[in-house]
Amino acid sequence: MTAHLSRRTLLGIAGAGAGAYLLSACGSDEPSTPDGPQTINWWHIQNTEPMLPVWAAIAKEYETAHPNVKVVIQPLENEAFKAKLTTATQAGSPPDLFQSWGGGVLKQQVDAGLVKDITADVQPWIGSLLPASVQPFTIDGKIYGVPFDVGMVGFWYNKDLFVKAGVTATPTTWAELLTTVSTIKGKGIVPMALAGKEKWPGHFYWAYLAMRIGGLGALQQAAKDNNFDTPDFIAAGQRLKELVDLQPFQKGFLGAEYGSPDGQAATMGNGGAALELMGQWAPSVQASSSTSKKGLGDKLGYFAFPAVDGGKGTVAEAFGGGNGFVVGKDAPASTTDFLKVLLDAANQRKSAATGAVLPTVKDAADAIKDPNSKVVAASLASATGFQLFLDQAYPPAVGQQVNDSVAELIAGSKTPEQIVKDITKVAKSQ
Amino acid sequence: MTPSTITGPRTGDAATELLAADPAAAQQRGRRTRLRPRRRLGTIALFLAPALVLFGLLVITPIVVAGYASLYKWNGFGLPENFVGVDNFTRAFGDPTFLGDLWRAFVLIGMSLLIQLPVSLGLAMLLNQKLKGRSVYRVIFFAPYVLSEVTTAVLFTLVFSPNRGLGDTLSQWLGADAGAIFADPDTVLFALFLVISWKYFGFHMILYLAGRQGIPAELSEAATTDGASAWQVFRHVTLPLLGPTIRISVFLSVIGSIQLFDMVWVLTGGGPIHASETMAVTMFDRGFRRFEVGYASAISIVMFVLSFVFALFYQRFVLRRDIEGAITTRGVQR
Repeated sequence: MTAHLSRRTLLGIAGAGAGAYLLSACGSDEPSTPDGPQTINWWHIQNTEPMLPVWAAIAKEYETAHPNVKVVIQPLENEAFKAKLTTATQAGSPPDLFQSWGGGVLKQQVDAGLVKDITADVQPWIGSLLPASVQPFTIDGKIYGVPFDVGMVGFWYNKDLFVKAGVTATPTTWAELLTTVSTIKGKGIVPMALAGKEKWPGHFYWAYLAMRIGGLGALQQAAKDNNFDTPDFIAAGQRLKELVDLQPFQKGFLGAEYGSPDGQAATMGNGGAALELMGQWAPSVQASSSTSKKGLGDKLGYFAFPAVDGGKGTVAEAFGGGNGFVVGKDAPASTTDFLKVLLDAANQRKSAATGAVLPTVKDAADAIKDPNSKVVAASLASATGFQLFLDQAYPPAVGQQVNDSVAELIAGSKTPEQIVKDITKVAKSQ
Repeated sequence: MTPSTITGPRTGDAATELLAADPAAAQQRGRRTRLRPRRRLGTIALFLAPALVLFGLLVITPIVVAGYASLYKWNGFGLPENFVGVDNFTRAFGDPTFLGDLWRAFVLIGMSLLIQLPVSLGLAMLLNQKLKGRSVYRVIFFAPYVLSEVTTAVLFTLVFSPNRGLGDTLSQWLGADAGAIFADPDTVLFALFLVISWKYFGFHMILYLAGRQGIPAELSEAATTDGASAWQVFRHVTLPLLGPTIRISVFLSVIGSIQLFDMVWVLTGGGPIHASETMAVTMFDRGFRRFEVGYASAISIVMFVLSFVFALFYQRFVLRRDIEGAITTRGVQR
C-alpha cells in the first residue's frame, strides 16, 4: 500500500514539474522604455587580456552617461560560452546581448524567435561597417546582429624557419605549397602546426581547397542542395590527402588543442613549426600562448591560401568570419543604443589598437598597427567574394559533421569519397 | 557456508548499510513497535516530503522530459513538435559512433574488473600488514581519488604533453614514446584506462581495506593453526568474507564506466577520431554541439536503461544476500 502511495506521489510531482517547465517557457516580459531603469545582461567571450578590460571600460563609460542603465558583463571562455548559451536558449531565456558568429546557428535562434530583428534600429549607422562583415548576421534580408570583428583565414609562417629551410618565395599554388612543405621537412623542421583535438582548424584546409577548386558557387550550391558528393569536394579531399601523406604536422597533433601551452598556437609562437592555416586572430593567440608571451613578432609573415591548378576559384576569394553581438528577445530598449556605442569609430579604434580585433567599422581601419593584420584587412576589403566558416555557415549538425569528417580524413581513417557521403547524409537528414 | 551466514550480525561496510537503509525496510521494523499509526504516517510524510520533492524535481522530472524529447526530432529551441516515434533509437543503434561507444564501455568495464580491482585488492591486502609508514602509504594511494576528474585530466594532459611533458621526457630516456599516447587512436583507450585506474584504485583499495578490517582476526588465526598457508587463508577465509565489499566495488565500477564523461571530455574530447568516445560524450556532442536534442535525449535514455537494468539485475541476483529486506527482494526473508 505504501508503495502505491509513493508511486502516485512521484508521478504527481513529475507531472507538476513538467507543467512548470512548460509554463516557464511561455513567460512574458514587460516592455521597457529607453528611459526607465534597466539592466543589460551581456555575455562575451573576450575573457582574457587584451579585450577584457576594453569591453569593461566601454560598459562603465556607458553606465556613467546613462545612469538608468546597468550593464552586467559575463565574460566566458569560448567552449563554456557555447554550452551555457545552449542551456539558456533552450530554456527560452537568452541573455540580452551575446556573442554570435552568425550563419546557421543564428538562423536556428531566429527560427525559434530567441533573437530580435534589429534592422530598423541599426539602419542609420550600419553603412559604416564593411558589407562582407554584416552578411553572416543578415538572414532573409533582416539584420539580427552586428559584427565587431571580421577577418579571414590564411597561412601564417615563420620567416626565420623559411630562411633556414632555404625557401625564398611563399607558395602561390597548391603544388608549390606541397614542395615547400617537403623542403622544410627535409631540413628536419616541423612544417605545420595543427590542433587535431579541436577539429575546426582542420576544416579550414578542406573548405579552402573546395573553394579554390569549385569556386564560391560550389559551396553555395552544396548548401542549397544538401549535396557534397560532387567531384569538386572529392577533389578537395584528394588534394588534402596529398598534404597529409607528407606527414607535415607536429608530433601528437591529433591530440593537440589550439590555445593550450602545448597547442597549435603555442607551437607556432615558440618557433616549433613553420606554418599554420589560421584566422586573423593568429598573431595575438600565438603571443599569449607562447612561452615568452611575445610570439614571433616581426618574424611572422602571412600569405593567402594558394590557388589550385585548373580550379574555378581565385585567390581573391576570402574564407573567414567574424565575431559579433546579437540581441536577445527580451532585451531592454537601450540594448541597441549600447550596441551603437560599442560599434562607434572611437570604440572600434580602441578595440583594434589591442591587435586582437580587426575592426568592422571602415573608419577604424587606421588603428590597425600590425603589418600582417594590415595585409589581412586589405585583402578582405578587396576580396571578390566571401565565405563564412563552414561550421558556422551550415546548420550546426552539418558543420560539426564537416569538422568530424575532415578530422577522419586527416587521421587517415576515411577516404575523400567516404567523407563527402557522410557529410551529405547528415545534410540530407536536416 | 555462505558469507552472510558467517557475518551474521556484522553490520558490514558503509555501502551495504546504505543500500539496506531503505524506507520499506525501516517501515517493517517500525510496524512491530505499534505506535499510533495515523500520527506515524503523518510524521513519515512530513520527513519524507523534502527528499521526495527534490527527488521528483531533480531525478524523475528530467528522466520523464528526456524520455518525451527522445521521441521527437528537436533542435532544442521552442517546444518539440516533429514526432518521430522510435526513429532516434533506431538511428542510435545504426550509428557507428554510438555502437563504438557501447564496445568501448564494454572494454573499459572488462579492464576495470580484470586489472584495476585485483590490483586495488592486492594493495589493500599489502597495506593491511604491519609495516612502517602504513598510514602514509594509505593516504598517498587514496590521494588521487580526492582530486576532481577535471583536475586529473588536466594533470595527465600536462604529463603526456608531446615534447614538453614529464612522461614524454622520461619515456624517451627509456627509448619509448609516451608523448603521443593520447594522440594515437590505437593507444588512447588504454591511456584513458590508466588515468581512470590511477584516480580510482585508491577508492576501491580503501573499500577493501575497510572490509578486510571487519573480518575477525580469530578466523584467520584458526585457519593458520589448522595448518593453512597464507594463500589458503586468503583464498578460503579472507576472499569469501570480502564478498559483500567486492560486489559493491564491482557495481560502482561498472556504473561509473557506463556514465564516464568529465575525464574523457577534458582529456581527449572523445578523440582522436572517436577512439576514446563514450556514450555520455556522444550525447553531449549531439545535444550541445549539433543541436540534435531529440537524438541526444534518446542516447541518454539508452544510458539510463542500461544502468537501471544492470542495477536491478545486479541487486536482485548478486547483491541479494547482502541487502536482504530491500525493495528488490520485496521484503521476503529467507
